Amino acid sequence: MITAVPQTDIPRPSLAPRRLSNYFEEGGRTLASWLLTTDHKRIGLLYLYSIIVYFIIAAFAAALIRIELITPAGDLVTSETYNKLFTIHGTLMVWFFLIPSVPAVLGNFVLPLMLGARDVAFPKLNLLSWYLFNLGGLMALYAVAFGGADTGWTFYTPYSSTYSHSHVVTMAAGVFIAGFGSILTGLNFIITIHKMRAPGLTWFRLPLFVWSLYSTSVILVLATPVLAMTLALMSLERIWGLGVFDPKLGGDPVLFQHLFWFYSHPAVYIMILPGMGVVSELIPCFSRKPIFGYHFIAFSSVAIAVLGFLVWGHHMFVSSESIYAGLVFSLLSYLVAVPSAIKVFNWTMTMYRGRIYLSTPFLYALGFIGLFTIGGLTGLFLAALGVDVHVHGTYFIIAHFHYIMVGGMVTAFMGGLHYWWPKITGRLYPENLGRLAALIMFIGFNLTFFPQFVVGYLGMPRRYHSYAPEFQIYNVLSTAGASILGIGYLLPLIYFIWSLKHGRRAPSNPWKATGLEWQTSSPPPKHNFHETPVVTEEPYQYSPVPEQRLIYG
Amino acid sequence: MTFPVFPHQASRIAIETDRIYLGLLCLSVAVCLVVFVPMIFFLFKYRSTHPADRTPRRLPQNKIEITWTLIPLFVFMAFYAWAARQYFEIERPPPDARNINVIGKQWMWKIQHPEGNREINELHVPVGRIVKLTMTSQDVIHSFFLPEFRIKQDVVPGRYTAEWFKAENIGTYNIFCSEYCGTSHSKMIGHVIVMSPADYQTWLIRGQPGSTLAQSGGRLFLELGCSGCHIGPSIVRAPPLDGVFGKPVPLTTGDVVLADEAYLRDSILFPAKQIVAGYTNDMPTFAAKVSEEELLELIAYLKSLGTTQ
Ligand code: HEC
Ligand SMILES: [Cu+2]
Ligand SMILES: [Cu+2]
Repeated sequence: MITAVPQTDIPRPSLAPRRLSNYFEEGGRTLASWLLTTDHKRIGLLYLYSIIVYFIIAAFAAALIRIELITPAGDLVTSETYNKLFTIHGTLMVWFFLIPSVPAVLGNFVLPLMLGARDVAFPKLNLLSWYLFNLGGLMALYAVAFGGADTGWTFYTPYSSTYSHSHVVTMAAGVFIAGFGSILTGLNFIITIHKMRAPGLTWFRLPLFVWSLYSTSVILVLATPVLAMTLALMSLERIWGLGVFDPKLGGDPVLFQHLFWFYSHPAVYIMILPGMGVVSELIPCFSRKPIFGYHFIAFSSVAIAVLGFLVWGHHMFVSSESIYAGLVFSLLSYLVAVPSAIKVFNWTMTMYRGRIYLSTPFLYALGFIGLFTIGGLTGLFLAALGVDVHVHGTYFIIAHFHYIMVGGMVTAFMGGLHYWWPKITGRLYPENLGRLAALIMFIGFNLTFFPQFVVGYLGMPRRYHSYAPEFQIYNVLSTAGASILGIGYLLPLIYFIWSLKHGRRAPSNPWKATGLEWQTSSPPPKHNFHETPVVTEEPYQYSPVPEQRLIYG
Repeated sequence: MTFPVFPHQASRIAIETDRIYLGLLCLSVAVCLVVFVPMIFFLFKYRSTHPADRTPRRLPQNKIEITWTLIPLFVFMAFYAWAARQYFEIERPPPDARNINVIGKQWMWKIQHPEGNREINELHVPVGRIVKLTMTSQDVIHSFFLPEFRIKQDVVPGRYTAEWFKAENIGTYNIFCSEYCGTSHSKMIGHVIVMSPADYQTWLIRGQPGSTLAQSGGRLFLELGCSGCHIGPSIVRAPPLDGVFGKPVPLTTGDVVLADEAYLRDSILFPAKQIVAGYTNDMPTFAAKVSEEELLELIAYLKSLGTTQ
């Protein structure tokens, strides 16, 4: 893709260990050098550390929920505690893990590298985003530590604004503050992509990951303010009795849902588009083929981002919304499924006549396609008006969005993390363990969430602390699956940490990948490139012949 | 150990919803086959160590893209229309329904029958009869979910929402609250008890309600002083309420509104919101004075005016 370094003669690192200057060493190893850094790579890692903390707390809440649900009776924790647990789980996972996962961790790290830039457009703002994000996160954790909130991550009124006796305002304030971090990240990315591309890197030479980050950033910038205002109004009603949502104060509770989903539906795409972008990098690399339908994939990201703003009403088919509104929202929801389908078809087609390496990142990409397809297809059930009346508010929807957000986004995040791990750390992870973990995760995931489709259709409502005995068998399966899934997540945590010290040193391009990020050393120097790369080619210039030797740890 | 997959089908609606569900399931399986069979085939045939023909082929890319855009689009539209038809059926109660009131409250369902019977977390209905539920909540949002009937509707404070069903068989079915409403959300459950018409009659009589819902409303109408203005000659000129329900009412703004339950509710709670043409805003609000149950009784009374008197 660039002229500076020819691809083939990268030395095997184990044979030729040499110490390059890299962003770990340049700038120092002190704590202050990290906390005050403006290097996008270090900020990406700061995000990684923080989201792992939030993830662990949220996963712990999930574990307690799953253990509680083994038996129909609510016997492990009280109902109050149970309700707080799912609120912690949802709030932390959505806002403090999923939304920042791919964009703020991987995006921060690789976006400037992919563009051939030295950093993002506003490095200091980038650091500010991280601080805002964690200020919000600490606020949420403070709420959790001092009693927690029990509204669910959706904060529906008038329960949240009037009736709940929990730390709703603190929790909402956490989300509110973190939202500003999101907005700034979005702005930063948009401007970076517009202004910082290397010479010759035209829009249609951009990696698809960049297209997806661009679409995501637009959503972050346009939708997050609505969430902020909505939560602010809810909090004001709670504090001062401002009558916006509570009918006793002259408000309209359903208005909250409109506002909330006007943000949160697009937010669903914040939690999947970047994942799609990652997969669009992995598939061509490990199939050694240029991606099929580059333009179609790129524009489908944009189409999803635009249409995603017009479907919020599909969360409200039974909320007393007008049936004609329901008709329109259902139609648009079906339309938004089409660009997603296009992507899946194009990814599959890319493998045709390729040379396929079943490496860990690629296994995750395959897992993504499988789980995302199931998640997407079950979205069609929910968009189908008559069927949604039955499955709305049940475990069917829980299963659906976990297939998208965990099966899709988390799988893609793991794929991306493995793919760029050598670049980020300069070390290779143990390949066989990596493949094993990917497999365990896939099996555990399906065992956890597939039964939830069935129990949802049977009628088990979500957010139930105790449930009817006929639902038990599926809940037991689900909990069994969750423990396998837990092992699947634990493995990478262990071998990644292990690899930092003991992993084989990574060459600059172990996967023989195209893309500017692979043209600099691993880990990259502080300013990314020794000389600014010049792009002369289309993206993804892979060839299935001759056979390549990828370098594994 | 049993693995139930479908809830019992308690109504025609349930049967049709299951049909659409199965249709979507077939569609899903078809899509999975279309995606995963080639994918697995490619994974096998083009795996790195396997010799295969890998010479790049010029494919008619645009044609391919258009095909796999349009085919899903048309198939999706068919399912959209099918499910939308079902939604219209579910959402619009047929006219000749038996009305029963449901009031949601943290964490119970209160039911009012027109004959004056009241129950909590149990809903007795006659088999084969269309039942329309007029629902509201006195606190937060709940949702009245009848899985065996494949229907649910949010129960929203400050509004009346409706839900209808026609039970095909005698039996007992679940009521779940399916909108999170606080601590004991998962205990906000109950049963629909479908009885033969004869049994239902006996059940109604055995309940020995002192008065019908409309009669209770009539009593309130006197006690709250509504009659002082609305019946006979009075100091304040107020519109007569005979037969007002279901009629178009001209307002001072020039608009004409249909006097449905929501309108009557607003007239009592927020009289200043809509003022009947030819009158002035002289009616006091009863917002803090009547409960949701009493409101529904008053409305039952107002509905009965002009039909029986
Ligand atoms: C002080 C006199 C007064 C009292 C007491 C009063 N009303 Fe009214 N009511 C009026 C007047 C005047 C109007 C017409 C102006 C308006 O629409 O607000 C009216 C309008 C109405 C309407 C709308 C009628 C239509 O034709 O659309 C309804 C329904 C109603 N009242 C019911 C009640 C009920 C039920 C009560 C008792 C809880 C009650 N009113 C008590 C004076 C009164
Ligand atoms: Cu949505
Ligand atoms: Cu509830």
